[in-house]
Amino acid sequence: MTDMTPELEKPARSQWWDVWAQFRTHKGALVGAFVFFLILFGVLIGPFLWPYDATTIDIRSRNQGPSWGHPMGTDQLGRDTLARVMIGGRVSLAVGLTAMFIALILGTLIGVLAGFFKWLDGVLMRLTDLFLALPLLPLLLVIIMLFRETLSARFGPEGGIFILMVFAIGITSWMQTARIVRGDVLSLKEREFMLAARSIGTPNGRMMSRHILPNVLSPIMVSATLGIATAIITESALSFLGLGFPPDFPTWGRLLRDGTDFLQQYPERAIWPGLMISLTVLSVNYMGDGLRDALDPRIRGR
Amino acid sequence: MLTYTIRRLILTVPTLLFISFVIFLIVKLSPSDPTANLPLTIPPEVREKIRESLGVNQPLTVQYLLWLKQFFWLEPRIVLEGWFGWDLGTEGEIRLISYQTRSPVMDLIWQRMPQTLWVVGTAYLVGILIAIPIGIYSAYKQYSVFDQAGTFISMVGFSVPPFFSGVLVIVIFSVLIPTDSFWWLPSIYDTTHEVVDWESFKFQFRQMIMPVMVLALQITAQISRFARASMLDNLNQDYVRTARAKGVRERGVVMKHVLRNSMIPVVTVIALGIPGIFGGAIITEQVFKVNGLGQLLIIAIQGGDVPMVQTLTFIFAILIVLFNLVADVLYGLLDPRIRYD
Repeated sequence: MTDMTPELEKPARSQWWDVWAQFRTHKGALVGAFVFFLILFGVLIGPFLWPYDATTIDIRSRNQGPSWGHPMGTDQLGRDTLARVMIGGRVSLAVGLTAMFIALILGTLIGVLAGFFKWLDGVLMRLTDLFLALPLLPLLLVIIMLFRETLSARFGPEGGIFILMVFAIGITSWMQTARIVRGDVLSLKEREFMLAARSIGTPNGRMMSRHILPNVLSPIMVSATLGIATAIITESALSFLGLGFPPDFPTWGRLLRDGTDFLQQYPERAIWPGLMISLTVLSVNYMGDGLRDALDPRIRGR
Repeated sequence: MLTYTIRRLILTVPTLLFISFVIFLIVKLSPSDPTANLPLTIPPEVREKIRESLGVNQPLTVQYLLWLKQFFWLEPRIVLEGWFGWDLGTEGEIRLISYQTRSPVMDLIWQRMPQTLWVVGTAYLVGILIAIPIGIYSAYKQYSVFDQAGTFISMVGFSVPPFFSGVLVIVIFSVLIPTDSFWWLPSIYDTTHEVVDWESFKFQFRQMIMPVMVLALQITAQISRFARASMLDNLNQDYVRTARAKGVRERGVVMKHVLRNSMIPVVTVIALGIPGIFGGAIITEQVFKVNGLGQLLIIAIQGGDVPMVQTLTFIFAILIVLFNLVADVLYGLLDPRIRYD
């Protein structure tokens, strides 16, 4: 009993362990993940540790350049820019993550349904094509302009815009995920294990949840990462165009827009939030790149 | 191929009708009032009269059909009249009127079109001209320093949004560099400027550098990646080895055999990207204060100018559908292996 075979002694390596091992070899992805989580923790915990409040007006110390007291300086009302960038990052990241989540659920649902049920395929894919033909940025601007007042009246100015923004971005960015998922489901359906599952009488619902969803998880995860990047850019673009959150409510896009008014005198005020947006998106893109390689079994283990 | 093109062209009609209906519904079902921006001193009866004259009290279907008629039947005739001096009987018909300016929507759009096309077109051309050589060279020298740098720069191009890269170049070239320096560039695009002689051409060139470069960065990032991937696919094909084996010079192998084959998907990507670049131009125009179509849209949205918003959004949709069709047809024409029929 004591002499076990060497295979049994080694702990079984799960699939996710392999994925992580592959992910670690991609330097850019590793740095990207590190930077992204650094930013995430910074905006989540930072405001608790930082002595200045994002909305406290201190008119005596207005328009200051970077110093030890205010590493990013202060704005025209003497509010600390670092505090505002941290609070703004919370909103930008929250919008990005939530919108990505909505897009992901919609995209997966439509992709799985279209791939699994032949009679739904035509209709759902035409719908996807139609959505792809919509001019998204103009349409988003229109939606937000038109429904801002109603939703603000019901959920408060910040909550209303958040809900509107998240849903508007979510329902206009699910199409790529749906297409990828559908393609994968179509090829999965032809595999033997699906036939085996079918032959023992697995109902459709369980086929999808047990056999299809775990197998399409990797493309979903990759498009999730890239979805965060696009959602953050879209939110910032809308805020930059002045159709985002109310003026006293900082987000990265909004801070950038406010900064451009003082570009001649205090150019650094526009640089900080822009730098944060670019850094976040860059790190997320690198993470997605590494994840794509790590989740691809043809590359993994090489 | 011809039957395929015709079939696709016929299919675009229901697509466009559906999209126009969606846009119409979104704009119309919103709780916005066309008289909301008028002075508060106007009495309610007069307000009601104004609404009636704008046609917003009619049933939705009537409004939609009227808009369709104005857009697809009346406006093309007016364009033809303007071009050829014909008389097609458009005199006295009601055109689509902008709420804000009280002038016909299409006239405003025709006024703004050249600025946008000029900036966007140049940027697209510059972007393609930079991207394709980069793509070819980084594929040919895969994993070289040049390739690594190219990958990084295109990643940056993907990640830095135009509203930041635009602000950044303004800070560098208009704020930090002194005004009398050779490197100083104007941050505001002056559309009233006319090119008459060498000096004014130089000014036009200088003011176009920044907006064009900001837009071109994004285009370059996308297209160079595609060109690289497509070149890599082809470089390992058997026909490349055959060409080398029969003694074709390296230059001929890469620039003739591989390049021609790998440009097929790139050309379609270029066609597909054209509508997207108009969307990107909305932001870039805002940064550099170009008074083009994007700026017109933003002003119309902020002013609640429903006919203008509706028409502009629909024009963007037409561009997307049209260039999707162009991309598909081009793909079929360029690649004899692809047959749709």
